[in-house]
Amino acid sequence: MALLKSSKIISTVWVHPPLGVRSIRASSWWSEVQMGPPDPILGVSEAYKRDTNPKKMNLGVGAYRDDQGKPYVLSCVRKAEAQIAAKKLDKEYLAIGGLGDFTKACAKLALGDNNEVIESGRNITVQTISGTGSLRIGANFLSRFHTEARDVYLPKPSWGNHTPIFRDAGMQLKAYTYYDPKTCGFDFQGALNDISKIPEKSVIMLHACAHNPTGVDPRPEQWKEIANLVKKRNLLVFFDMAYQGFASGDIDRDAWAVRYFIEQGHNIVLSQSFAKNMGLYGERVGGFTVVCKDAEEAKRVESQLKILIRPIYSNPPMNGARIAATILNTPDLYKEWLGEVHGMANRIITMRELLVANLKKEGSTQNWQHVIDQIGMFCFTGLKPEQVARLTKEFSVYMTKDGRISMAGVTSGNVGYLAQGIHAVTK
Amino acid sequence: MSLFGEVPQATPVAVFKLSNDFKEDANPKKVNLGVGAYRTDEGQPWVLPVVKKVEKIIVADNSLNHEYLAILGLPEFRSSASKIALGEDSPAIQENRVGAVQCLGGTGALKMGAEFLRRWYNGNDNTKTPVYVSAPTWENHNAVFANAGFEDIRPYKYWDAEKRGLDLDGFLGDLESAPKHSIFVLHACAHNPTGTDPTHVEWMQVAEVMKRRKLFVFFDSAYQGFASGCLDKDAWAVRYFVTQGFEMFCAQSFSKNFGLYNERVGNLTIVARDSDNLKRVLSQMEKIVRVTWSNPPSQGARLVAITLNTPELFAEWKDNVKSMADRVLLMRASLQAKLQALETPGTWDHITQQIGMFSFTGLNPKQVEYMIKERSIYLMASGRINMCGLTTKNIDYVAESIHETVVNVQ
Repeated sequence: MALLKSSKIISTVWVHPPLGVRSIRASSWWSEVQMGPPDPILGVSEAYKRDTNPKKMNLGVGAYRDDQGKPYVLSCVRKAEAQIAAKKLDKEYLAIGGLGDFTKACAKLALGDNNEVIESGRNITVQTISGTGSLRIGANFLSRFHTEARDVYLPKPSWGNHTPIFRDAGMQLKAYTYYDPKTCGFDFQGALNDISKIPEKSVIMLHACAHNPTGVDPRPEQWKEIANLVKKRNLLVFFDMAYQGFASGDIDRDAWAVRYFIEQGHNIVLSQSFAKNMGLYGERVGGFTVVCKDAEEAKRVESQLKILIRPIYSNPPMNGARIAATILNTPDLYKEWLGEVHGMANRIITMRELLVANLKKEGSTQNWQHVIDQIGMFCFTGLKPEQVARLTKEFSVYMTKDGRISMAGVTSGNVGYLAQGIHAVTK
Repeated sequence: MSLFGEVPQATPVAVFKLSNDFKEDANPKKVNLGVGAYRTDEGQPWVLPVVKKVEKIIVADNSLNHEYLAILGLPEFRSSASKIALGEDSPAIQENRVGAVQCLGGTGALKMGAEFLRRWYNGNDNTKTPVYVSAPTWENHNAVFANAGFEDIRPYKYWDAEKRGLDLDGFLGDLESAPKHSIFVLHACAHNPTGTDPTHVEWMQVAEVMKRRKLFVFFDSAYQGFASGCLDKDAWAVRYFVTQGFEMFCAQSFSKNFGLYNERVGNLTIVARDSDNLKRVLSQMEKIVRVTWSNPPSQGARLVAITLNTPELFAEWKDNVKSMADRVLLMRASLQAKLQALETPGTWDHITQQIGMFSFTGLNPKQVEYMIKERSIYLMASGRINMCGLTTKNIDYVAESIHETVVNVQ
């Protein structure tokens, strides 16, 4: 190696700039760049962090907490990590579409064992950067190839990030009635009315379970009618399933709507996230599935998804997908996982019940039944923005302006305090 | 009737197809000189010893979990990664005008930079701003900027095929004639695919023109440490441009120098005029991140942060990097020596003059096809070879094959 010379690396020529050089470009390229507003959801956590009140509560982001208010690393995840470490795998690039062991298991989890779609090979499932990445790839794909319609219909309300994602991908956003603020429940008739007017071939976004932010899900018989109407209208269904297992505690029950639609002949597109149900938030584990007409079409779609992915991040991160694949593909880990998901869902259900009980104890005369009826991580309390502002300012309870709270942030230790605060701003 | 009935089959990404074809080749003598990943002398992937060590540290630390990182990523990763590029004592860092966005690999960093520039540079949403990439360049550069919305992506002269070196006059000429405010993607070191870097004096000339003509500097730094074996030497160009007062972007990848390919560890370092401009830039970067991947993956960034911020581990990492660079230098020397000994027609000095993982052999497409079909040696149609694919065991076969190819195929 001493034999080799490279004239480029011989000496460091350090040139000190003449004194006047800084004034040559006194203005900046970025003088016109405006300060961006804080993210409405993630910004809540930042504000919470800055608060010094020892009783503060973060009910903003949907990240699960145990009953001590601590992040919860699933036991099956730790076991999977240990197994993976023992294998001493290399770190070579994954394929653009991700880890095969993961994508196959991901599709199976959503669609069910022995599903006709998987057996005939007419789905393409790619690994994505969690749910956001999946939605973005989906939005890009629709924007490029679903040229008959540019409109995506979101339920009113929907996850705050849906709109900017689709908009940035070049789609137009519209809405259909979903939440009924009078009942804090599902406005079924309103939804059917709006859906019946959606122009053919438009994209309709459906939350598979545990609707975010309201926690309000259609009942099975309502899903059936929606499926029927959507078919009549010839709409392209985009399912967002970020909480499979988290809603009812049962993986299959939570995927029921997705599976029903497919059975009824809808060739859906589907986003899945493993952030919450496996607690793999920061590892960014997700999947995007297109259910195609046949295997040949699936191959063509796959090739185009790769073309979309490559200029964004080339190929996806290994760590989380490897953990998820290990859990899904190892029977006793899978079983343990089902138990842990069930446990997380149960804790949330218990907190819902405790919150209502405490509100009654505080003397609240409002109807809080919706807190128990709603499902999943979030609860649409029905609080108005001014009430939310007071709750944050006077009680250091952090939540999003729309009145959404993450039940996962509630513990048996702080549910009483929360009830006090909510009662104080609503009495 | 399917909604996707009209979706055409896309052509596969060339470099991955090459690896696929290699996998399916039954010839026991086959050699893969395609994908840009490091290989040991046994032809195996190499997980850096320091990486194995830090992984154990992470596993043993019960205070760690899998919670979301902030939108812009792990702070201790971002700052230490920027220091690697700009130097510990960088005045720009001391002046609080350096920021960073943790991204998914070098690709993700280029993507974020491109998206930001399209929205906020040279007016708002000015998709007509020309983006210049070297001729040739990494095949994904074009797609990254095109997908970010830029409509006018042009080559700047770089590789002189005849003299097998840098076309400096052509490069400077394109800089002089580029419309003001054009964006130039510069390879910080170990140019991909040619392995040909400007000298210090040549970089100074490039910088002079870019400053005078108000061109935007966007460095792609995917091989820091890998080129010469020394981090500081490989960062010379980036640091020089900082001293010249540029506001600039530097997309960093830790795929190769940390061997963390599949963990997608990258960093977009931003050098701004002052901290106020920086703050606003970062706030807008957050919005772009949020609609693309929300927040970046934690494992790889944590690993790099621990390594860079722990003195003994940092020293060990630098050693690991140097050993990779040294093996590449050894293979360059061996290949050149063997071709000279065989008296293969042509000059082969470029093999040792070029730097980094890749070498632009000068083989033409017909010769490349011959190498693949007749010798089961897989390289890119451009004639690019990955030096890491060479080992002491296969180098004779490769040298003989190049010889036979050059002699028999024109």
